[in-house]
Amino acid sequence: MAVKGLDIFKLTPKSNCKECGFPTCMAFSMKAATGAVAIEKCPYISEESKEALSEATAPPMKTIKVGAGDAEATLGGETVLFRHEKTLVHKNLFAVELSDAMSDAEVDAACAKLEKINYDRIGEMMFVEVVGVRFAADQDKFVALVKKVADCGKIPMIITVDAEVAKAAVAVAGAKAIIMGATKDNTEAMVEVAKAADAVLGVTADSIEALHDLVEAIEKLGYKNLILNVGEASIKEAYANAIAIRTSAIKGNDRTFGYPSIVFTNKLAPGNINLQIALASAFVLRYGSIIVLEEMDFNAALPLFGLRQNIFTDPQKPMRVEPKVYEFNKPTGTDPVLVTVDFALSYFVVAGEIERSKVPAYLAIPDAGGYSVLTAWAAGKFGSNVIANFIKENNVADLTTSRKLILPGKVAVLQGDLAELLPEWEVVVGPNEAMQIPKFLRDLQA
Amino acid sequence: MYFEINILKKGNRLGGNKKMPYKKAEQKFSGKINTCEIGAGDAAITIGGENSLPFLGSEGFKTAVGIAITDSPEDWAECFGTIYGDDLNNPAAFAKAAIEKSGADFLLLKLASADPNGANNAVENCVATAVAVEAAVNVPLVIEGCKNAEKDAKLLEEVAKALEGKNVVLFSAVEDNYKTIGAAGGMAYGQKVSAESAVDINLAKQLNILLTQLGVKSKDIVMDVGSAAVGYGFEYVASTMDRIRLAGLGQNDESLQMPIVTDISNDAWGVKEAVFTEAEAPEWGNLEARGIGMEVSTAAACVVGGSNAIIVRHPESVKTIQGLVSGIIG
Ligand code: SF4
Repeated sequence: MAVKGLDIFKLTPKSNCKECGFPTCMAFSMKAATGAVAIEKCPYISEESKEALSEATAPPMKTIKVGAGDAEATLGGETVLFRHEKTLVHKNLFAVELSDAMSDAEVDAACAKLEKINYDRIGEMMFVEVVGVRFAADQDKFVALVKKVADCGKIPMIITVDAEVAKAAVAVAGAKAIIMGATKDNTEAMVEVAKAADAVLGVTADSIEALHDLVEAIEKLGYKNLILNVGEASIKEAYANAIAIRTSAIKGNDRTFGYPSIVFTNKLAPGNINLQIALASAFVLRYGSIIVLEEMDFNAALPLFGLRQNIFTDPQKPMRVEPKVYEFNKPTGTDPVLVTVDFALSYFVVAGEIERSKVPAYLAIPDAGGYSVLTAWAAGKFGSNVIANFIKENNVADLTTSRKLILPGKVAVLQGDLAELLPEWEVVVGPNEAMQIPKFLRDLQA
Repeated sequence: MYFEINILKKGNRLGGNKKMPYKKAEQKFSGKINTCEIGAGDAAITIGGENSLPFLGSEGFKTAVGIAITDSPEDWAECFGTIYGDDLNNPAAFAKAAIEKSGADFLLLKLASADPNGANNAVENCVATAVAVEAAVNVPLVIEGCKNAEKDAKLLEEVAKALEGKNVVLFSAVEDNYKTIGAAGGMAYGQKVSAESAVDINLAKQLNILLTQLGVKSKDIVMDVGSAAVGYGFEYVASTMDRIRLAGLGQNDESLQMPIVTDISNDAWGVKEAVFTEAEAPEWGNLEARGIGMEVSTAAACVVGGSNAIIVRHPESVKTIQGLVSGIIG
């Protein structure tokens, strides 16, 4: 539990008056520390102390909503530094940047790219969630561009330090747009604009100490709907700051830094998309909540969305894939059937190799308890009966006219039994290692 | 437990008005990752030596970036033919070109032709290839077999012998062959031994212990803890690396303080994102750009996870990851 009973006890008058329903102040304090009874039950603890306690017992990192309607997303709310400790709960968002300095043709081209990046990856739609619009010179054009972004269903991020410009843009941006944002020179004006529009305010400062001061100043102005810029001056600083901010919030109980963060890889590596992909990947693991790139084509989207999909998963869930028959390389009903276990890593390795082979094939995955091939076999979860029953129950024979059933080489011992259980199939022993699958499948085809 | 401070002592916090200046929440670690030297003479580099999570300490931690070549390039994407031309089929020329084009810190030679289920190239031929490659470049070498445990034991033993004094990394020893590779390579011929485990902290630990019990010195062991392309179960890679580093640094677990060497060159170029041609996946665009994207993303994720040496395939990926590392170090 977060607050110790003794800490609460020190705030009571220690009079044991029993008004809280407990025999002693100590008994009350111990219960209150576990959250089983509200601090408010004791009328003698000062308001000030109660406020401090509620702050102390609040989660270390705020949860912030960005965007409206279908585009709404949640950031922050994390409680750990590493995903093996407890699930990372709110996936980072990816963003690209536009500007009123771009020609209409350039903007159209960028928008066409954004439309293309919208695809299904293992049951989840992948797309760029946030579009930043950086103010250069032309306010009308800028505002129109922000509106266009909002109309396209993206979360608009208004990038300007000019509070008047921000005010005009946020008026067309929809609820919970992001204003990027506040600096030490415009603090009050920006907070006012963000507050009035209920927007998320991005905070930027020259150093991590200055950022801390600025967040405190903004909180004092009564605004806590913030996102923190890890810095744009150098990769070194941005990386160190991203880690320091998250560590302070989660390990150091520093609520001033208990906010999501934003990383502008386009500022850290301008013109170098490969370095931006590398940086974005590093920040998916190390605490970027919104990660901005210059642009997003499939060479960036395929790895980045895949990585994000991996990292923001529940580490407590067994590493398994759904037992069923998977199809690869567009099989046509005449192609061979491979068998492996439902252990996720085995599946991914085998699936990758079948794809690499480009040979159309089916992959049958029975329920093997989520173990690797040898372990599942040793545990009796991947024997000839399990495989034969799966093939029969799923009517695999109706899927394909091929009667070749390929066993992992490591369980070659099952071949005889399985051939007896599945007389219409030709049970073939496949390779020992997944990397030999492409050659094996091509040879089989020949 | 995120609230451990005594709120009463923080009177100013209860008051609610006073400023709390920023104080860095340091994560202090008692353990330290071993320093391992690879290569000899001018070519030598050291990896490891950090006493904090990657890039957070002041000990001069730097990830080395290597480039992979192979004696069996048939499966490699077309763009490598464009980059290397005929050199692709001559390992020594291939090695020289790879280092010149990429500026990599070290080189991984894959002797895939040795595979008994493939070309089944003879051990002598493969050893000759390793010797020729060594002579062609002036960077440390990592030598990989064909991933057949039995053949690799013979092959890497002979490679260790032929390259005595060159301080190469034998990549890798697994449960089934660590005795031969450890005894011959690590002890008799003074090479470095890489212990290979497949994304499993317990296996990594066990293999390191077995190798040290055999008599290989800790400082002569590196770890290949496994990898996967991003999007393909990389969460297990990320968590395995985090856990290994936290055990070595936080719990001072000496059996997990070896530097990590990660080869992602096969993983990244073996998944459909980097395999499907432009004709097969027209909407995805240029294959070379996709391959580099998969590679730099996977490599960067391993670098921040704690890989002390990362191995990629494309010269552009080497430059990108070197740029990332020098950028983070500043
Ligand atoms: S009401 Fe407050 S003062 Fe009275 S016994 Fe309970 S805790 Fe103590």
